[in-house]
Amino acid sequence: MNTVNTVQQAVAALKQKRAWHWLEYLFWLGAAASVFLLPSQHALLTQIAIWSLFAISLDLLLGYAGIVSLGHAAYFGFGAYVAALFAINFYGEPVTGLLVAGIAAGLLGLVTSLLVLRGTDLTRLMVTLGIALVMYEIANQMSWLTGGADGLTGMPVNPVLGFFPIYFMAANAYAYVLAVCFVLFFVAKRIVHSPFGYSLRAIKGNPLRASSIGIPNNRRLIAVYTIAAAYAGIAGALLAQTTPVVSLTYIDFQRSADVLLMLIIGGTGYLYGGIIGSALFLVAQKFIGNVTPQYWEFWIGFALVVIALFARDRGVFSIYERISGALRSRKAKP
Amino acid sequence: MLTILFDGIAYGMLLFVIACGLAVTLGLMNFVNLAHGAFAMLGGYCAYVLVNFYGVPFFASLPVAFMFAAMIGLVAERTLYVHFYSRSHLEQVMFTIGLVFMVSALVDYFLGSQQRFINLPGYLQGRFDFFGVGIGKYRLLIILVCALIVIVLQLILGYTRFGSRLRAAVDDQRVARGLGINVNWVFALTFAVGCGLAGLGGALGAEILSLEPHFPLKFMIYFLIVVSVGGTSSITGPFLASILLGIGDVAGKYYAPRYGGFVIYTIMIVVLVLRPQGLFARGTAK
Repeated sequence: MNTVNTVQQAVAALKQKRAWHWLEYLFWLGAAASVFLLPSQHALLTQIAIWSLFAISLDLLLGYAGIVSLGHAAYFGFGAYVAALFAINFYGEPVTGLLVAGIAAGLLGLVTSLLVLRGTDLTRLMVTLGIALVMYEIANQMSWLTGGADGLTGMPVNPVLGFFPIYFMAANAYAYVLAVCFVLFFVAKRIVHSPFGYSLRAIKGNPLRASSIGIPNNRRLIAVYTIAAAYAGIAGALLAQTTPVVSLTYIDFQRSADVLLMLIIGGTGYLYGGIIGSALFLVAQKFIGNVTPQYWEFWIGFALVVIALFARDRGVFSIYERISGALRSRKAKP
Repeated sequence: MLTILFDGIAYGMLLFVIACGLAVTLGLMNFVNLAHGAFAMLGGYCAYVLVNFYGVPFFASLPVAFMFAAMIGLVAERTLYVHFYSRSHLEQVMFTIGLVFMVSALVDYFLGSQQRFINLPGYLQGRFDFFGVGIGKYRLLIILVCALIVIVLQLILGYTRFGSRLRAAVDDQRVARGLGINVNWVFALTFAVGCGLAGLGGALGAEILSLEPHFPLKFMIYFLIVVSVGGTSSITGPFLASILLGIGDVAGKYYAPRYGGFVIYTIMIVVLVLRPQGLFARGTAK
């Protein structure tokens, strides 16, 4: 009797965690409204949405499975190049391009995960970094295919699903990107609240205990690495479809570092961190970058040090946690 | 051919002098310090300012660069790094990358973003023939100084009281503390010396390594390769790894300039996958 109750309680608690908070509805409604309400900011918003998706994909790795990656741009760039080449050589419909890019990047993730998942944190850091550098070199050297340092241009972008044109139409492009982000966010949320997602967190918490309660650590990590790589590839494909040129900057170290920064600014392990972080990062970049474009780097470094010192890996989310924690303890007192 | 070998050895020696401090922080203290290159850059700029603006002789600027980087390292260790020893690797990565960005931007602000060259004295320029092998005087100097440093380091680690304290502190912090060794102080001093050596290497190699504000990021991967491929159980591992990397890099740039970087990164991945503890680690140490 008692155990049944406990099980029911646990199931109820998990379901409650999975349910959508009213703030989340508000957030996505606001995002949808921004298509109509902020027409002058569509370029920036599109960037934010794409970076958010990229950061979410890193969050799946870092926040849930605890894999630190310094080379996530490898999959982003690979997806972008695949999408562009597919559109040029075969078929220019964007959603098909996304799928192809996602599958290709996922396959690359699957193969490379076998390299990444060996060894300790430091080895992983080095191997992910190494993979991204190798991918960069490949893209740079195969200039007959990728355009090398000049970049890849002339990618056709047909109307989405045949009827929704996004080529050089900022509002439509933003709506398209936002829709893709929402769908993938929804899927990611289901993933992290599934038994699979909880097993990832168990592995992150303590790999030894996780394996001793029967979680196949390696297979789970390979799976999440593949998923994250596919997400990154789709984000890259989105950027390729909404900007006129795919270049080596899609795949360089700066991009891997930036996405890590965004995720960390927003906080890891709750999916919205990537969105909040990339919004803060890009808006700040726009304003601070306008004043002192050269020294933007200083302020981002400063922010990182401060966050690392005080907020740890929860980013700005820790502010919310502290406030709500303080409110809760005040409520509990009387 | 032999000239390439010679240049490669000089390059590798330089990498070792800069990276050996990192071998201690990363391998022994288990701290992911991506900002190590920043100290090398500061040493390099310190020598640059002294030599080019104030006319200090090149040789006199080297110890100053060492002291300058070591002092900054000591201050940074006591005020900032010390908070991160027990944190996760992710937080260490964030913190040190943040430092790198700040230092790069500051250097850019004060000294400009162009590449800088130290005015070398005349007797260090040019090269001479030694049994048909062209030997650059400057590179010969680098090899001599670095070899001296390696020998001194090995002696300090192996034969002095401080060296044995450091080895004890690294092998088992808690027991070392129990024996009355001031581990914090040992680490702080080691960190400072490591930074100082990086600064010295930066000053010494300013000519080869190209001194500019993004130096730390550009060479971060090289320093990390030295440490992770060389393993951290001894000083000889990173030393051999840096010599190999130096020769490989110079030869790669010379023979196959298009694929140089590609080859090095691929080898690094292969080594790390096959031997996660490093190429020269003694079996499974831990």
